[in-house]
Amino acid sequence: MRLLEWVDARFPASKLWNEHLAQYYAPKNFNFWYFFGSLALLILVLQIVTGIFLTMHYKPDTKLAFASVEYIMRDVEWGWLIRYLHSTGASAFFVVIYLHMFRGLLYGSYKKPRELVWIFGMLIYLALMAEAFMGYLLPWGQMSYWGAQVIISLFGAIPYVGEGLALWIRGDFVVADATLNRFFAFHVIAVPLVLLGLVVAHIIALHEVGSNNPDGVEIKQVKDDEGIPVDGIAFHPYYSVKDLVGVIVFLFIFSIILFYMPEMGGWFLEKDNFIPADPLKTPEHIVPLWYFTPFYAILRAVPDKLFGVIAMGGAIFVLFLIPWLDRSPVKSIRYRGPLFKMALTIFTMSFLALGYLGTQPATGLYTLMAQIFSVLYFSFFLFMPLYTAIDKDKPVPHRVSQ
Amino acid sequence: MKLILGLLLSLTAFFANPAYAASSKVALDNVELDLSDKASLQRGAKIFMNYCLSCHSASYMRYNRMGKDLGLSDKQVKESLMFASDKVGDTMTVAMRPEDAKKWFGVVPPDLSVISRARGTDWLYTYLRSYYLDTDKPFGTNNLVFKDVGMPHVLWQEQGYLRKDSDNQLHALTGDQETAFEYNMMIRDLVNFMAYIGEPSKIERLALGKWVLLYLVLFFFVAYPLKKAFWEDVH
Repeated sequence: MRLLEWVDARFPASKLWNEHLAQYYAPKNFNFWYFFGSLALLILVLQIVTGIFLTMHYKPDTKLAFASVEYIMRDVEWGWLIRYLHSTGASAFFVVIYLHMFRGLLYGSYKKPRELVWIFGMLIYLALMAEAFMGYLLPWGQMSYWGAQVIISLFGAIPYVGEGLALWIRGDFVVADATLNRFFAFHVIAVPLVLLGLVVAHIIALHEVGSNNPDGVEIKQVKDDEGIPVDGIAFHPYYSVKDLVGVIVFLFIFSIILFYMPEMGGWFLEKDNFIPADPLKTPEHIVPLWYFTPFYAILRAVPDKLFGVIAMGGAIFVLFLIPWLDRSPVKSIRYRGPLFKMALTIFTMSFLALGYLGTQPATGLYTLMAQIFSVLYFSFFLFMPLYTAIDKDKPVPHRVSQ
Repeated sequence: MKLILGLLLSLTAFFANPAYAASSKVALDNVELDLSDKASLQRGAKIFMNYCLSCHSASYMRYNRMGKDLGLSDKQVKESLMFASDKVGDTMTVAMRPEDAKKWFGVVPPDLSVISRARGTDWLYTYLRSYYLDTDKPFGTNNLVFKDVGMPHVLWQEQGYLRKDSDNQLHALTGDQETAFEYNMMIRDLVNFMAYIGEPSKIERLALGKWVLLYLVLFFFVAYPLKKAFWEDVH
């Protein structure tokens, strides 16, 4: 312990350990939904570590990129495992993040005093989307190429500056070597740096205000003689051992996919991406990866290109505003009135339906359905100040329930 | 820039095309493959080297890696399976120049390394059995699954020729049931081999998976009681 004392006199090692783990008091009533924060952190580390090893063998050059991925899959020792960990990890990241965000909606974790926790979280989500989008170009398959081509040309819809902006992003008139090189730079260094910084901010903000819980009760309001919340337990060891169990269950499911169905039937690795990018041959069906499809469906639901892009951006942006749109004094769904419960159900179903529709061709009926669900999606936010204000909320208990 | 906009608009138009959903394809025959059947993979390799590799490359696949996975020594690979290359550590490239290929077939024959993952094995199995006589085509054959394909019916000596009737059904002009059965088995071996070169590490992946899952189950039975023990005093 002499070493620890020596360090503590120079660096707050024990202080940090206590503040964030051993003496960080989390509510004792966390349920299933509270596994996904620590799981997201686990996947972030997994993506960074596997990414470093992939970078050692990958070549960001349009002539070499596709072959270098296959080189990793065949000639690099354990390369196939590293690559599948990274590709499966990307989809797992979004699964976990979506469930983590849904938890926030269920229990009102975005509400005062956690608005900044939510804002930082939303910024992480944005950075993650950029990270995934640019990473998907790197294997330089047909879907990589045409997905990037379509998404970047969306910027062209912005009046006056749009086309110049799209040109500036690509660095060429079409997606080309310049695009691949800069996306590589963003994917391996720029965006990960931003992500890490945001994750630190997200956790610092969380530990400043304390965690919410399934009852939406502020545990800091009832403290014992030593100033410790009565309903709080130390994150370490209680939640470290509990999250360990969550990690094992997660890794079990993750491994089943990784070892037995890494393509996940074309959802995680698309068939067309096993064909090298060909600028002269458009694939018959350009679909973004599943985690973007709800927003893609909204984009296509609007007949006008510019308004489609605005609607798509708005669908993401409106999530930032939710701490101020929600007028209810109650956080948790357990004590909310029927209006919010109904609204959240409709919203969730709309999001899932849009996700499905985004994978389908936008034909007559599908387009109509996408339009209906887009309206429902936005209604959740637009009418939120109204229905949350008049909702018949139930009384919230003073302490967390068992 | 107009080009990009036009491209996007045409894409949008494409998505909005009601005919898209109706662009139905030929029903594919299901093929049961077995990557652990080394004899089948070896037969498939032989067919692949003899018929495919003269025009198509498999340039991400190395001969010696194939030998190792198929239970063949470098010497065996060199003597019976290497026609296009002389070093056993080489990848399966092709001598035909792309310009010539373009001139002869209208397209450069695609690299076949990962074709099984792009097209799917059922597609390959059906495709290679769906050539029929078509006097309108330069090589005299066409394909039900891949209309107006540039590749002629390379395996006609094995299958014989088929003709298409007005209901898009194929009928053998020569050969009997036995020929058809043998040809199907041959294509199954070939597709099995193509599935193998599509992902050589798959054999290793499947073998490792169960151990990882077993480890996690054991770990769970340590971690869960640990959690229980720590949480005993939480009420």
